[in-house]
Amino acid sequence: MQPTIDDEEDDSRADLSGEIRLPATLEGAGPLPARAEIAIVGGGVMGLSIAYHLARRGLTDVIVIERGYLAEGASGRNGGGVRQQWSTEINIRLMQESVELCRRFAVDLGVNVWFRQGGYLFLARNAKEVARLEKNIDLQNRFGVHTRMLDPAQARDIVPELDLTGIVGASYNPSDGILFPWPFLWGYARQAAAHGVRIFTQTPVGTIEPMAGGGYLVKTPRGAVAARRLINATGAWSPQLAAMIGVDVPTHPIRHEICSSEPLKPFLKPMVSELSSGLYCSQSMRGEIVGGVTVPGHGSTYGMGSTLEFLATYARRLVRLMPILGEVKILRQWAGPYDQSPDGNPILGAPADHPDFFLACGFVGHGFMMAPIVGKLYAEWLTGEPPHEIFSRYTLRRFHDGSGASAPKEDFNIG
Amino acid sequence: MAGKIVLCRCEDVTLADLAHSVSRGYRDIEEVKRYTGFGTGPCQGKECLAVVATELAKLTGQPPAAIPPFTSRPPLAPTPLRLLARDPGAHRFEDDQPSGAAWDDAPTIVETK
Repeated sequence: MQPTIDDEEDDSRADLSGEIRLPATLEGAGPLPARAEIAIVGGGVMGLSIAYHLARRGLTDVIVIERGYLAEGASGRNGGGVRQQWSTEINIRLMQESVELCRRFAVDLGVNVWFRQGGYLFLARNAKEVARLEKNIDLQNRFGVHTRMLDPAQARDIVPELDLTGIVGASYNPSDGILFPWPFLWGYARQAAAHGVRIFTQTPVGTIEPMAGGGYLVKTPRGAVAARRLINATGAWSPQLAAMIGVDVPTHPIRHEICSSEPLKPFLKPMVSELSSGLYCSQSMRGEIVGGVTVPGHGSTYGMGSTLEFLATYARRLVRLMPILGEVKILRQWAGPYDQSPDGNPILGAPADHPDFFLACGFVGHGFMMAPIVGKLYAEWLTGEPPHEIFSRYTLRRFHDGSGASAPKEDFNIG
Repeated sequence: MAGKIVLCRCEDVTLADLAHSVSRGYRDIEEVKRYTGFGTGPCQGKECLAVVATELAKLTGQPPAAIPPFTSRPPLAPTPLRLLARDPGAHRFEDDQPSGAAWDDAPTIVETK
Protein backbone atom coordinates (compact mmCIF):
# COMPACT_ATOMS: atom_id res chain seq x y z
CA MET A 1 0.00 0.00 0.00
CA GLN A 2 1.20 3.48 -0.74
CA PRO A 3 2.93 4.87 2.35
CA THR A 4 1.04 8.16 2.19
CA ILE A 5 -1.59 6.83 4.51
CA ASP A 6 -1.91 8.60 7.78
CA ASP A 7 -0.96 5.93 10.23
CA GLU A 8 -2.38 5.12 13.63
CA GLU A 9 0.30 7.05 15.51
CA ASP A 10 -1.04 10.44 14.66
CA ASP A 11 -4.47 9.73 16.09
CA SER A 12 -3.21 11.11 19.39
CA ARG A 13 -2.60 14.33 17.52
CA ALA A 14 -6.15 14.41 16.19
CA ASP A 15 -7.91 13.38 19.33
CA LEU A 16 -7.47 15.91 22.10
CA SER A 17 -9.37 13.76 24.63
CA GLY A 18 -6.49 11.33 24.66
CA GLU A 19 -8.81 8.47 23.84
CA ILE A 20 -7.40 6.13 21.23
CA ARG A 21 -9.93 5.82 18.46
CA LEU A 22 -10.20 6.03 14.71
CA PRO A 23 -12.52 8.92 13.94
CA ALA A 24 -14.16 8.92 10.56
CA THR A 25 -13.17 11.98 8.58
CA LEU A 26 -16.36 12.02 6.55
CA GLU A 27 -19.93 12.17 7.79
CA GLY A 28 -21.99 9.03 7.23
CA ALA A 29 -25.58 8.99 6.10
CA GLY A 30 -26.95 11.58 8.53
CA PRO A 31 -28.61 14.89 7.67
CA LEU A 32 -26.93 18.28 7.46
CA PRO A 33 -27.04 20.39 10.62
CA ALA A 34 -29.87 22.94 10.63
CA ARG A 35 -27.44 25.83 10.75
CA ALA A 36 -23.78 26.68 10.44
CA GLU A 37 -21.73 29.82 10.71
CA ILE A 38 -19.95 29.01 7.46
CA ALA A 39 -20.90 26.54 4.74
CA ILE A 40 -18.21 25.78 2.20
CA VAL A 41 -19.40 24.26 -1.05
CA GLY A 42 -16.71 22.17 -2.71
CA GLY A 43 -14.66 19.40 -1.12
CA GLY A 44 -11.55 20.11 -3.12
CA VAL A 45 -8.25 21.41 -1.85
CA MET A 46 -9.41 25.04 -1.76
CA GLY A 47 -12.53 24.40 0.30
CA LEU A 48 -10.77 22.00 2.66
CA SER A 49 -7.80 24.34 3.14
CA ILE A 50 -10.17 27.15 4.08
CA ALA A 51 -12.08 24.80 6.42
CA TYR A 52 -8.89 23.60 8.10
CA HIS A 53 -7.51 27.08 8.62
CA LEU A 54 -10.85 28.37 9.95
CA ALA A 55 -10.93 25.51 12.44
CA ARG A 56 -7.34 26.12 13.47
CA ARG A 57 -8.30 29.70 14.24
CA GLY A 58 -11.17 28.56 16.42
CA LEU A 59 -14.06 28.93 14.00
CA THR A 60 -15.33 25.35 14.00
CA ASP A 61 -19.02 25.84 13.23
CA VAL A 62 -18.21 25.03 9.62
CA ILE A 63 -19.54 22.46 7.21
CA VAL A 64 -18.13 21.37 3.87
CA ILE A 65 -20.60 20.19 1.26
CA GLU A 66 -19.17 18.15 -1.62
CA ARG A 67 -21.29 16.95 -4.52
CA GLY A 68 -19.26 13.80 -5.15
CA TYR A 69 -16.25 12.35 -3.36
CA LEU A 70 -13.27 14.31 -2.04
CA ALA A 71 -10.85 15.13 -4.83
CA GLU A 72 -13.38 14.28 -7.54
CA GLY A 73 -12.70 17.53 -9.40
CA ALA A 74 -9.46 19.18 -10.42
CA SER A 75 -7.90 18.70 -6.96
CA GLY A 76 -7.60 14.98 -7.64
CA ARG A 77 -6.66 15.35 -11.28
CA ASN A 78 -3.72 17.75 -11.39
CA GLY A 79 -0.02 17.20 -11.88
CA GLY A 80 1.01 18.19 -8.36
CA GLY A 81 3.38 20.98 -9.37
CA VAL A 82 4.25 23.74 -6.90
CA ARG A 83 6.27 26.59 -8.32
CA GLN A 84 7.33 30.16 -7.65
CA GLN A 85 8.22 30.94 -11.25
CA TRP A 86 5.38 33.34 -12.09
CA SER A 87 5.15 36.54 -14.07
CA THR A 88 3.34 38.74 -11.51
CA GLU A 89 4.64 39.95 -8.17
CA ILE A 90 1.58 38.85 -6.26
CA ASN A 91 1.70 35.27 -7.50
CA ILE A 92 5.42 35.05 -6.79
CA ARG A 93 4.91 36.20 -3.22
CA LEU A 94 1.87 34.01 -2.62
CA MET A 95 3.67 30.95 -3.93
CA GLN A 96 6.71 31.62 -1.74
CA GLU A 97 4.36 31.30 1.21
CA SER A 98 2.59 28.27 -0.23
CA VAL A 99 5.90 26.46 -0.71
CA GLU A 100 6.73 27.11 2.91
CA LEU A 101 3.36 25.69 3.98
CA CYS A 102 3.96 22.64 1.78
CA ARG A 103 7.33 22.09 3.44
CA ARG A 104 5.64 22.03 6.85
CA PHE A 105 2.54 20.14 5.76
CA ALA A 106 3.58 16.68 6.93
CA VAL A 107 4.48 17.97 10.39
CA ASP A 108 1.51 20.32 10.73
CA LEU A 109 -1.12 17.90 9.44
CA GLY A 110 0.31 14.48 10.19
CA VAL A 111 0.17 13.05 6.70
CA ASN A 112 2.90 12.38 4.18
CA VAL A 113 2.24 14.34 1.00
CA TRP A 114 5.47 13.29 -0.70
CA PHE A 115 6.56 16.87 -1.23
CA ARG A 116 9.86 16.97 -3.07
CA GLN A 117 11.73 20.14 -4.05
CA GLY A 118 13.53 19.12 -7.21
CA GLY A 119 13.03 22.47 -8.93
CA TYR A 120 11.26 23.50 -12.13
CA LEU A 121 13.14 23.67 -15.42
CA PHE A 122 11.44 25.68 -18.18
CA LEU A 123 12.92 25.14 -21.64
CA ALA A 124 12.92 27.75 -24.41
CA ARG A 125 13.25 26.97 -28.12
CA ASN A 126 13.50 30.55 -29.45
CA ALA A 127 14.69 34.04 -28.48
CA LYS A 128 11.20 35.27 -27.72
CA GLU A 129 10.72 32.55 -25.11
CA VAL A 130 14.12 33.33 -23.62
CA ALA A 131 13.16 36.99 -23.30
CA ARG A 132 9.95 35.99 -21.57
CA LEU A 133 11.84 33.85 -19.07
CA GLU A 134 14.44 36.56 -18.45
CA LYS A 135 11.78 39.16 -17.73
CA ASN A 136 10.14 36.83 -15.21
CA ILE A 137 13.47 35.94 -13.62
CA ASP A 138 14.23 39.61 -12.95
CA LEU A 139 10.95 39.94 -11.11
CA GLN A 140 11.36 36.64 -9.24
CA ASN A 141 14.90 37.52 -8.13
CA ARG A 142 13.67 40.84 -6.76
CA PHE A 143 11.41 38.98 -4.36
CA GLY A 144 13.99 36.45 -3.27
CA VAL A 145 13.18 33.54 -5.58
CA HIS A 146 16.54 32.30 -6.83
CA THR A 147 15.59 31.45 -10.38
CA ARG A 148 18.44 31.66 -12.86
CA MET A 149 18.88 31.47 -16.60
CA LEU A 150 20.77 28.45 -17.86
CA ASP A 151 22.37 27.73 -21.20
CA PRO A 152 21.55 24.35 -22.77
CA ALA A 153 24.67 22.68 -21.38
CA GLN A 154 23.78 23.76 -17.86
CA ALA A 155 20.26 22.43 -18.35
CA ARG A 156 21.76 19.09 -19.29
CA ASP A 157 23.77 19.08 -16.08
CA ILE A 158 20.43 19.00 -14.26
CA VAL A 159 18.69 16.56 -16.60
CA PRO A 160 21.33 14.56 -18.51
CA GLU A 161 18.60 12.72 -20.45
CA LEU A 162 17.54 15.87 -22.38
CA ASP A 163 18.02 16.03 -26.13
CA LEU A 164 19.10 19.66 -26.45
CA THR A 165 18.57 19.95 -30.19
CA GLY A 166 16.70 23.20 -30.70
CA ILE A 167 16.85 24.24 -27.03
CA VAL A 168 18.35 27.73 -26.68
CA GLY A 169 17.92 28.45 -22.98
CA ALA A 170 16.21 27.47 -19.76
CA SER A 171 15.11 28.89 -16.44
CA TYR A 172 15.61 26.93 -13.26
CA ASN A 173 14.50 27.49 -9.70
CA PRO A 174 15.70 24.72 -7.38
CA SER A 175 13.12 25.34 -4.64
CA ASP A 176 10.04 24.67 -6.80
CA GLY A 177 8.67 21.18 -6.34
CA ILE A 178 6.01 18.54 -6.68
CA LEU A 179 3.62 16.84 -4.29
CA PHE A 180 1.13 13.99 -4.34
CA PRO A 181 -2.25 15.78 -4.46
CA TRP A 182 -4.61 13.30 -2.81
CA PRO A 183 -3.03 13.19 0.69
CA PHE A 184 -3.25 16.96 0.85
CA LEU A 185 -7.02 16.64 0.87
CA TRP A 186 -7.04 13.81 3.39
CA GLY A 187 -4.75 15.80 5.65
CA TYR A 188 -6.86 18.95 5.52
CA ALA A 189 -10.12 16.98 5.82
CA ARG A 190 -8.97 14.87 8.72
CA GLN A 191 -7.56 17.71 10.78
CA ALA A 192 -10.54 19.94 10.01
CA ALA A 193 -12.86 17.13 11.13
CA ALA A 194 -10.78 16.56 14.26
CA HIS A 195 -11.38 20.22 15.14
CA GLY A 196 -15.12 19.90 14.65
CA VAL A 197 -15.71 20.74 10.99
CA ARG A 198 -18.32 18.44 9.45
CA ILE A 199 -17.66 17.18 5.94
CA PHE A 200 -20.49 15.83 3.80
CA THR A 201 -19.65 14.05 0.55
CA GLN A 202 -22.15 12.78 -2.05
CA THR A 203 -24.23 15.84 -1.24
CA PRO A 204 -25.13 18.00 -4.25
CA VAL A 205 -26.47 21.48 -3.62
CA GLY A 206 -29.94 21.81 -5.18
CA THR A 207 -30.84 25.41 -4.48
CA ILE A 208 -29.56 28.40 -2.52
CA GLU A 209 -32.00 30.93 -1.11
CA PRO A 210 -30.94 34.25 0.43
CA MET A 211 -32.46 34.59 3.91
CA ALA A 212 -34.05 37.66 5.39
CA GLY A 213 -31.45 39.25 7.63
CA GLY A 214 -28.49 37.73 5.78
CA GLY A 215 -27.03 34.35 5.02
CA TYR A 216 -28.31 31.58 2.81
CA LEU A 217 -30.47 28.49 3.04
CA VAL A 218 -28.60 25.77 1.17
CA LYS A 219 -30.83 22.87 0.18
CA THR A 220 -29.51 19.39 -0.54
CA PRO A 221 -30.94 15.84 -0.65
CA ARG A 222 -29.56 15.45 2.90
CA GLY A 223 -31.54 18.40 4.18
CA ALA A 224 -31.03 22.14 4.30
CA VAL A 225 -28.49 24.18 6.23
CA ALA A 226 -28.96 27.83 7.13
CA ALA A 227 -25.50 29.30 6.72
CA ARG A 228 -24.64 32.78 7.84
CA ARG A 229 -21.83 32.85 5.32
CA LEU A 230 -21.35 30.76 2.20
CA ILE A 231 -18.12 30.05 0.33
CA ASN A 232 -18.04 29.00 -3.31
CA ALA A 233 -15.00 26.72 -3.70
CA THR A 234 -16.36 24.60 -6.53
CA GLY A 235 -13.54 25.21 -9.00
CA ALA A 236 -14.68 24.90 -12.60
CA TRP A 237 -18.27 24.58 -11.41
CA SER A 238 -18.16 28.01 -9.70
CA PRO A 239 -20.31 29.79 -12.30
CA GLN A 240 -23.07 27.18 -11.86
CA LEU A 241 -23.19 27.57 -8.09
CA ALA A 242 -23.04 31.37 -8.27
CA ALA A 243 -25.86 31.40 -10.82
CA MET A 244 -28.17 29.86 -8.20
CA ILE A 245 -28.35 33.28 -6.56
CA GLY A 246 -28.00 35.28 -9.75
CA VAL A 247 -24.29 36.08 -9.41
CA ASP A 248 -22.43 36.04 -12.73
CA VAL A 249 -18.96 34.53 -12.33
CA PRO A 250 -17.26 34.94 -15.72
CA THR A 251 -15.16 31.78 -15.71
CA HIS A 252 -15.50 28.70 -17.88
CA PRO A 253 -14.16 25.15 -17.70
CA ILE A 254 -11.27 24.09 -19.93
CA ARG A 255 -10.50 20.40 -20.07
CA HIS A 256 -6.84 19.48 -19.65
CA GLU A 257 -5.57 15.95 -20.09
CA ILE A 258 -2.74 14.27 -18.20
CA CYS A 259 -1.19 10.83 -17.98
CA SER A 260 1.03 8.66 -15.86
CA SER A 261 3.66 6.06 -16.72
CA GLU A 262 4.80 2.88 -15.09
CA PRO A 263 7.02 3.56 -12.04
CA LEU A 264 10.73 3.98 -12.70
CA LYS A 265 13.77 4.19 -10.48
CA PRO A 266 14.19 7.85 -9.45
CA PHE A 267 16.22 9.74 -12.07
CA LEU A 268 14.38 12.95 -12.95
CA LYS A 269 15.04 15.73 -10.47
CA PRO A 270 13.02 18.76 -11.60
CA MET A 271 9.66 19.26 -13.21
CA VAL A 272 10.56 19.81 -16.87
CA SER A 273 8.39 22.06 -19.03
CA GLU A 274 8.73 23.17 -22.63
CA LEU A 275 7.19 26.57 -23.36
CA SER A 276 6.43 26.07 -27.05
CA SER A 277 4.13 23.08 -26.55
CA GLY A 278 3.10 23.41 -22.92
CA LEU A 279 4.69 19.99 -22.36
CA TYR A 280 5.47 19.25 -18.73
CA CYS A 281 6.54 16.16 -16.86
CA SER A 282 7.90 15.23 -13.49
CA GLN A 283 8.74 12.04 -11.68
CA SER A 284 6.46 11.49 -8.72
CA MET A 285 7.66 9.99 -5.48
CA ARG A 286 5.94 6.81 -6.63
CA GLY A 287 8.39 6.80 -9.55
CA GLU A 288 5.83 7.46 -12.25
CA ILE A 289 6.41 10.04 -14.98
CA VAL A 290 3.36 12.30 -14.72
CA GLY A 291 2.77 14.90 -17.38
CA GLY A 292 0.75 16.59 -20.05
CA VAL A 293 0.86 18.83 -23.08
CA THR A 294 -1.33 21.61 -24.43
CA VAL A 295 -3.52 20.33 -27.24
CA PRO A 296 -5.14 23.33 -28.94
CA GLY A 297 -8.84 23.24 -29.59
CA HIS A 298 -9.89 21.19 -26.60
CA GLY A 299 -12.33 23.87 -25.62
CA SER A 300 -14.82 24.76 -22.98
CA THR A 301 -16.38 21.60 -21.57
CA TYR A 302 -17.11 19.78 -18.36
CA GLY A 303 -16.37 16.55 -20.21
CA MET A 304 -13.56 14.54 -18.69
CA GLY A 305 -13.02 12.09 -21.49
CA SER A 306 -9.58 11.05 -22.66
CA THR A 307 -8.26 11.27 -26.20
CA LEU A 308 -5.64 9.42 -28.21
CA GLU A 309 -4.76 12.80 -29.75
CA PHE A 310 -3.53 14.01 -26.37
CA LEU A 311 -1.58 10.86 -25.63
CA ALA A 312 0.04 10.84 -29.07
CA THR A 313 0.91 14.55 -28.84
CA TYR A 314 2.40 14.12 -25.37
CA ALA A 315 4.37 11.07 -26.47
CA ARG A 316 5.69 12.79 -29.58
CA ARG A 317 6.91 15.85 -27.69
CA LEU A 318 8.23 13.96 -24.69
CA VAL A 319 10.17 11.35 -26.66
CA ARG A 320 11.67 14.12 -28.76
CA LEU A 321 12.83 15.93 -25.62
CA MET A 322 13.92 12.79 -23.75
CA PRO A 323 14.45 9.98 -26.26
CA ILE A 324 15.43 7.59 -23.47
CA LEU A 325 11.77 7.51 -22.39
CA GLY A 326 10.66 5.88 -25.65
CA GLU A 327 10.35 2.43 -24.12
CA VAL A 328 8.58 3.66 -21.01
CA LYS A 329 4.96 2.56 -20.88
CA ILE A 330 1.96 4.75 -20.18
CA LEU A 331 -0.36 3.14 -17.62
CA ARG A 332 -3.27 5.56 -17.60
CA GLN A 333 -4.57 8.92 -18.74
CA TRP A 334 -7.35 11.12 -17.41
CA ALA A 335 -8.58 14.69 -17.55
CA GLY A 336 -9.65 17.54 -15.31
CA PRO A 337 -11.11 21.02 -15.68
CA TYR A 338 -9.33 24.35 -15.28
CA ASP A 339 -11.53 27.16 -13.93
CA GLN A 340 -10.54 29.67 -16.61
CA SER A 341 -10.93 33.34 -15.70
CA PRO A 342 -10.91 36.13 -18.30
CA ASP A 343 -7.58 37.63 -17.16
CA GLY A 344 -5.81 34.56 -15.80
CA ASN A 345 -6.21 35.75 -12.20
CA PRO A 346 -8.52 34.38 -9.50
CA ILE A 347 -11.82 35.84 -8.31
CA LEU A 348 -12.06 36.30 -4.53
CA GLY A 349 -14.11 38.09 -1.93
CA ALA A 350 -17.84 38.82 -1.87
CA PRO A 351 -19.87 40.69 -4.51
CA ALA A 352 -21.28 44.02 -3.26
CA ASP A 353 -24.88 42.85 -3.45
CA HIS A 354 -24.08 39.51 -1.77
CA PRO A 355 -21.80 40.35 1.17
CA ASP A 356 -22.19 36.87 2.72
CA PHE A 357 -21.28 34.97 -0.46
CA PHE A 358 -17.53 34.48 -0.81
CA LEU A 359 -15.78 33.40 -3.98
CA ALA A 360 -12.65 31.27 -4.27
CA CYS A 361 -12.72 30.82 -8.03
CA GLY A 362 -10.84 31.25 -11.29
CA PHE A 363 -7.47 29.74 -10.41
CA VAL A 364 -6.76 28.59 -13.98
CA GLY A 365 -5.05 25.33 -13.20
CA HIS A 366 -2.95 26.50 -10.27
CA GLY A 367 -5.56 26.42 -7.54
CA PHE A 368 -3.95 23.41 -5.97
CA MET A 369 -0.58 25.03 -5.37
CA MET A 370 -2.27 28.27 -4.26
CA ALA A 371 -4.69 26.57 -1.84
CA PRO A 372 -2.38 26.36 1.18
CA ILE A 373 -1.79 30.12 1.32
CA VAL A 374 -5.18 31.24 -0.02
CA GLY A 375 -6.99 29.05 2.53
CA LYS A 376 -4.90 30.57 5.30
CA LEU A 377 -5.49 34.14 4.15
CA TYR A 378 -9.21 33.52 3.71
CA ALA A 379 -9.50 32.09 7.22
CA GLU A 380 -7.62 35.04 8.69
CA TRP A 381 -9.98 37.47 7.00
CA LEU A 382 -13.15 35.57 7.93
CA THR A 383 -12.07 35.44 11.57
CA GLY A 384 -11.62 39.18 11.85
CA GLU A 385 -8.14 39.97 10.58
CA PRO A 386 -7.79 42.75 8.00
CA PRO A 387 -8.18 41.37 4.48
CA HIS A 388 -5.00 40.58 2.55
CA GLU A 389 -4.58 42.62 -0.64
CA ILE A 390 -5.66 39.67 -2.80
CA PHE A 391 -9.22 40.27 -1.61
CA SER A 392 -9.29 43.88 -2.79
CA ARG A 393 -7.33 43.15 -5.95
CA TYR A 394 -9.04 40.01 -7.27
CA THR A 395 -12.64 41.15 -7.02
CA LEU A 396 -15.54 40.12 -9.20
CA ARG A 397 -16.19 43.83 -9.66
CA ARG A 398 -13.06 44.30 -11.75
CA PHE A 399 -14.77 42.67 -14.71
CA HIS A 400 -17.68 45.09 -14.55
CA ASP A 401 -16.17 48.49 -13.69
CA GLY A 402 -12.84 48.11 -15.46
CA SER A 403 -10.86 48.41 -12.22
CA GLY A 404 -8.81 45.37 -13.13
CA ALA A 405 -7.78 46.65 -16.54
CA SER A 406 -4.50 48.18 -15.38
CA ALA A 407 -3.54 45.27 -13.09
CA PRO A 408 -0.74 42.99 -14.27
CA LYS A 409 -2.08 39.92 -16.03
CA GLU A 410 -0.59 36.56 -15.16
CA ASP A 411 0.60 35.09 -18.45
CA PHE A 412 2.55 32.10 -17.16
CA ASN A 413 -0.26 29.58 -16.82
CA ILE A 414 1.64 26.72 -18.44
CA GLY A 415 0.44 23.21 -19.15
CA MET B 1 -4.70 -11.82 9.36
CA ALA B 2 -6.39 -9.11 7.25
CA GLY B 3 -2.98 -7.47 7.03
CA LYS B 4 -1.70 -10.50 5.14
CA ILE B 5 -4.57 -10.90 2.71
CA VAL B 6 -3.48 -9.11 -0.42
CA LEU B 7 -6.25 -7.65 -2.58
CA CYS B 8 -4.14 -5.70 -5.07
CA ARG B 9 -0.88 -7.35 -6.01
CA CYS B 10 0.49 -4.50 -8.12
CA GLU B 11 0.31 -1.96 -5.31
CA ASP B 12 0.40 -4.32 -2.31
CA VAL B 13 -2.97 -3.32 -0.86
CA THR B 14 -4.30 -5.64 1.84
CA LEU B 15 -7.72 -6.31 3.30
CA ALA B 16 -6.60 -4.39 6.41
CA ASP B 17 -5.79 -1.38 4.23
CA LEU B 18 -9.29 -1.50 2.78
CA ALA B 19 -10.82 -1.71 6.25
CA HIS B 20 -8.71 1.30 7.31
CA SER B 21 -10.02 3.31 4.36
CA VAL B 22 -13.62 2.42 5.22
CA SER B 23 -13.06 3.37 8.87
CA ARG B 24 -11.99 6.83 7.76
CA GLY B 25 -15.22 7.27 5.83
CA TYR B 26 -13.58 6.77 2.42
CA ARG B 27 -16.08 4.18 1.15
CA ASP B 28 -16.80 5.17 -2.43
CA ILE B 29 -14.84 2.82 -4.72
CA GLU B 30 -13.19 5.89 -6.29
CA GLU B 31 -12.15 7.13 -2.84
CA VAL B 32 -10.87 3.70 -1.88
CA LYS B 33 -8.79 3.62 -5.05
CA ARG B 34 -7.19 6.95 -4.22
CA TYR B 35 -6.79 6.31 -0.50
CA THR B 36 -5.24 2.85 -0.78
CA GLY B 37 -3.73 3.07 -4.27
CA PHE B 38 -5.37 -0.18 -5.34
CA GLY B 39 -5.83 -0.52 -9.09
CA THR B 40 -3.19 2.07 -9.97
CA GLY B 41 -0.44 -0.34 -10.95
CA PRO B 42 0.32 -2.15 -14.19
CA CYS B 43 -3.01 -4.07 -14.28
CA GLN B 44 -5.04 -0.89 -13.65
CA GLY B 45 -7.61 -2.86 -11.69
CA LYS B 46 -8.13 -5.71 -14.12
CA GLU B 47 -7.14 -8.26 -11.48
CA CYS B 48 -8.12 -6.57 -8.24
CA LEU B 49 -11.22 -4.48 -8.88
CA ALA B 50 -13.77 -7.28 -8.44
CA VAL B 51 -12.03 -8.57 -5.31
CA VAL B 52 -11.90 -5.13 -3.70
CA ALA B 53 -15.52 -4.40 -4.65
CA THR B 54 -16.64 -7.69 -3.11
CA GLU B 55 -14.83 -7.02 0.15
CA LEU B 56 -15.98 -3.39 0.17
CA ALA B 57 -19.57 -4.62 -0.15
CA LYS B 58 -19.09 -6.88 2.86
CA LEU B 59 -17.47 -4.16 4.96
CA THR B 60 -20.13 -1.58 4.19
CA GLY B 61 -23.13 -3.92 4.27
CA GLN B 62 -24.13 -3.31 0.69
CA PRO B 63 -25.00 -5.81 -2.03
CA PRO B 64 -22.03 -6.21 -4.39
CA ALA B 65 -24.18 -5.03 -7.28
CA ALA B 66 -24.52 -1.64 -5.57
CA ILE B 67 -20.81 -0.98 -6.06
CA PRO B 68 -19.95 0.18 -9.57
CA PRO B 69 -16.47 -0.31 -11.00
CA PHE B 70 -14.19 2.72 -10.86
CA THR B 71 -13.70 4.69 -14.06
CA SER B 72 -11.42 2.72 -16.35
CA ARG B 73 -8.58 4.71 -17.86
CA PRO B 74 -6.99 4.33 -21.29
CA PRO B 75 -4.80 2.88 -22.63
CA LEU B 76 -6.21 -0.64 -22.45
CA ALA B 77 -2.77 -2.05 -21.69
CA PRO B 78 0.54 -0.40 -20.77
CA THR B 79 1.78 1.17 -24.01
CA PRO B 80 5.29 2.45 -24.80
CA LEU B 81 5.62 6.17 -25.54
CA ARG B 82 7.61 5.29 -28.66
CA LEU B 83 4.54 3.64 -30.21
CA LEU B 84 2.16 6.39 -29.15
CA ALA B 85 4.50 8.99 -30.64
CA ARG B 86 3.96 7.48 -34.09
CA ASP B 87 0.23 7.93 -34.02
CA PRO B 88 -0.74 10.16 -36.95
CA GLY B 89 -3.38 11.89 -34.83
CA ALA B 90 -0.77 13.77 -32.79
CA HIS B 91 -1.10 17.53 -32.89
CA ARG B 92 1.78 19.14 -34.77
CA PHE B 93 3.26 22.31 -33.33
CA GLU B 94 5.06 24.94 -35.39
CA ASP B 95 8.41 23.72 -34.12
CA ASP B 96 7.67 20.01 -34.51
CA GLN B 97 10.25 17.79 -36.10
CA PRO B 98 9.13 16.88 -39.62
CA SER B 99 10.75 13.46 -39.87
CA GLY B 100 13.79 11.37 -39.05
CA ALA B 101 12.92 11.25 -35.38
CA ALA B 102 13.80 8.37 -33.15
CA TRP B 103 10.29 6.96 -33.20
CA ASP B 104 9.95 6.76 -36.98
CA ASP B 105 11.33 3.23 -37.05
CA ALA B 106 8.81 1.97 -34.53
CA PRO B 107 5.97 -0.25 -35.71
CA THR B 108 2.70 1.61 -36.11
CA ILE B 109 -0.19 0.94 -33.79
CA VAL B 110 -2.70 2.86 -35.89
CA GLU B 111 -3.13 2.23 -39.60
CA THR B 112 -2.25 5.30 -41.65
CA LYS B 113 -4.33 6.11 -44.71
